[in-house]
Amino acid sequence: MAYSVTTQTPASRIAALLGAILIIVLLVLPFFAGRGTIQDMFFILTMLVLAQFWNLLAGYGGLVSIGQQAFVGMGAYALFGAVILWGLDPVPSILLAGVAALIIAVPTAFFAFRLNGAYFAIGTWVIAEVVRLLVAQWKTLGGGTGTSLPRDATRDMWFVEVIENTLGVRSAAARDILAYWLALTLALATIGGIYWLLRTRRGLALAAVRDNTEAAKSVGVDAGRMKWIVFLTSAFGTGLAGGLIYMQKARISPDAAFSVTDWTAYVIFIVVIGGIGTIEGPIIGVLVFFALQSLLADFGSWYLMTLGVLAIIIMLVAPRGLWGLLSERTGLHLFPIRRRLSGGKLNLSKE
Amino acid sequence: MIWIDTIIQGILLGGLYALFASGLSLVFGIMRLVNLAHGDLIVMGAYLILVLVSLLGLSPFIAVFIAMPAMFGVGWVLQRYLLNRTLGDDILPPLLVTFGLSIALQNALLEGFSADSQRLPTNALTTASVDVGPITLGVMPLLTFASAVLVIVGLNQLFYRTELGRAFRATSDDATTASLMGIKPANIFATATGIALVIVTIAALYLGLRANFDPNIGPARLIYAFEAVIIGGLGSLWGTLLGGIIIGVAQTLGAAINPEWQILAGHIAFLIVLLVRPRGLFPRAND
Amino acid sequence: MALLQTQNLVAHYGDFQALFGVDIELGDAETIAIIGANGAGKTTLMRSICGVLRNDAAAVTYDGTAIGAKPADEIMSKGVAMVPEGRKLFPSLSVEENLLIGTYGRKVSGHWNLKTVYELFPILAERRNNPGTALSGGQQQMVAIGRALMSNPRVLLCDEISLGLAPVVIKDIYKAIPQIKAAGASLIVVEQDIAQAMAVADRVYCMMEGRVTLSGTPESLSRDKIHNAYFGAGH
Repeated sequence: MAYSVTTQTPASRIAALLGAILIIVLLVLPFFAGRGTIQDMFFILTMLVLAQFWNLLAGYGGLVSIGQQAFVGMGAYALFGAVILWGLDPVPSILLAGVAALIIAVPTAFFAFRLNGAYFAIGTWVIAEVVRLLVAQWKTLGGGTGTSLPRDATRDMWFVEVIENTLGVRSAAARDILAYWLALTLALATIGGIYWLLRTRRGLALAAVRDNTEAAKSVGVDAGRMKWIVFLTSAFGTGLAGGLIYMQKARISPDAAFSVTDWTAYVIFIVVIGGIGTIEGPIIGVLVFFALQSLLADFGSWYLMTLGVLAIIIMLVAPRGLWGLLSERTGLHLFPIRRRLSGGKLNLSKE
Repeated sequence: MIWIDTIIQGILLGGLYALFASGLSLVFGIMRLVNLAHGDLIVMGAYLILVLVSLLGLSPFIAVFIAMPAMFGVGWVLQRYLLNRTLGDDILPPLLVTFGLSIALQNALLEGFSADSQRLPTNALTTASVDVGPITLGVMPLLTFASAVLVIVGLNQLFYRTELGRAFRATSDDATTASLMGIKPANIFATATGIALVIVTIAALYLGLRANFDPNIGPARLIYAFEAVIIGGLGSLWGTLLGGIIIGVAQTLGAAINPEWQILAGHIAFLIVLLVRPRGLFPRAND
Repeated sequence: MALLQTQNLVAHYGDFQALFGVDIELGDAETIAIIGANGAGKTTLMRSICGVLRNDAAAVTYDGTAIGAKPADEIMSKGVAMVPEGRKLFPSLSVEENLLIGTYGRKVSGHWNLKTVYELFPILAERRNNPGTALSGGQQQMVAIGRALMSNPRVLLCDEISLGLAPVVIKDIYKAIPQIKAAGASLIVVEQDIAQAMAVADRVYCMMEGRVTLSGTPESLSRDKIHNAYFGAGH
């Protein structure tokens, strides 16, 4: 009997089909959903992007960063800078947001990689603080109080007019729909890109580095280089998301754009609750997070307290998160990464 | 002259940061655990002293002695029943659990005490100052610095002169072999965190006496503490004091140039040290 | 009745089974030796007795109580001390502190204290303030033995105390065993060096692949029997 090595599982094939249907539904959502739904979906999708990139860093790369707000904030400010100072259109400026985040990621990594484990975590946080304090000195972008995108820049944004005419909506709603489509594109590209990365030789090396740096070195994996690749990739993606989020908000301040709670704490909770080290985890996590927020947001600090306690309990009781519990029980893998051997017969007896 | 004055104020401020940092350094030195809720525990200590002061009408300097054993208990229980379960080769559980704890604690304080800023009641002593030649020094900053030095001397005595200190060092070296000596590593870790929280309470006293505090300022104290520990070299208590001083001096110098640069200057001093001495000024040999 | 005994002791490392029902007995004031090749399960047996590996409570009894499920620190406080394989001195502690840590948290009475340990190994007194790990291998082994003696144990477990040492050093260390016995302790000595083991032991157990394959007094065991028990028949 022949052997075949495959990463697919029957469940993953069904999931691919359902996924395709889901994507189509999400794409046409603005044609029948109200503005509130679109804004909620925008929030979910952008948080999902942030969560996927943090998960790539911490769950696959073993690099626990508490400084992701540096890249969100830098991306956002780069977009505002490009629009306000250079008069660029906000939509292409999103790319600049990613590039700006990538640029500050280089010195960040240079410093933070000198620290190990928990100290790396706080190191990234210090650097995010430094970037926040420096940006607050940038008077042309409003200094500590922040600024707004100019009205004509948001009104004349690419595609807005087309959306207004096609869907018959007002300009503000059209901007939300544009932001939603961009977020959907970014989320799909992120999930697809990370899935692809993890299935390449590099990705397998990444898992090896995470599981055992020394052993990985001994089989020729360059752990240092993998760390750089993961860190820069996730900074770029986080910067894109940051630019997009603040393009939709159209108003920025250093405290909001560099908020450790909004852009790192929430993101960590999403990943931990959903299941760290899996692609499915952040998806489940962001849905649970959104549900909790809708239910508990009125309770203010109780809500955050609940999230904190929930994260502690999950980390202690089910460190692989909700998705981990589910896939343990059912053996379900929607994004299978492990290569599985099928066919043939394993012969364990000595003769 | 103004510069000398600024530098001396910075050195004294460094005493406060060293107090923030000593507990962090102690816990890291013994169990390689970084408690991300450390700053929030300092703030919690300040609220505990405040509650004792307002309920019992005590002076903060008396209240702190009631708060210390209570905080020791909090630390002991926290370590014994929560944090010990996260120790191991994987760095994620301790980080994420203490991060969750930090957020939960901050918001519990917000719920209990609101976001309004508070201050411990001051008296003549806390606002007094002494003239040393041409320089005027506040009694509070001097007291803070002296307390930091005392705490560090005390911790060094504990570490190198007592049976408990031997057990701390032995458990830190090799917990399994320590258990063969009749030591219970779980209790040793719990005791260490208890002691760390006693130091946190002392730090909280000065935090609350010198300036306003509110539930949100914990993370910034964690960052200063962390910078002092890294600058000094992991596990070196005198290094931690020096680290605190460097952050303090950088901050007062920065503030003297432009008030907005105070915090930034401290962070930049930290990054410069990280650049030239990645393992800190007094690195421990076997880390 | 035996002072310490194991009954049907099994041990696993994950999926790998290291011990398959080991029964040994140690009488009061007796010295037994456990010999066997690398991987025979000798160290696993020691780790199971001293509590580093936990077992069913009934798998190990000591002084009439079941201790198989107790943690190492409790077993130690009951009077079973261990000289671990590889010596395992604490690098942050000086020689004297390494010895003192053996009495941690307890008042102990008995023959052994700093003074008598220094009499047993005079070289340690000279080097009392050096870091434990700055000593030679043989001296480190002396510290490890002294550290265990400081608690005045009724049972002393010695795991591979001759490992990696020069023959002349081994002889020095084994010279201390009769004095330790004379002070009243029962010993379990794990050894690859059969000659040393036979010289100090009242009885010998030979292990192979996680099982006891032979036991008896040193006089009753012929070279051939030991050879077979050590390597398996047919070698």
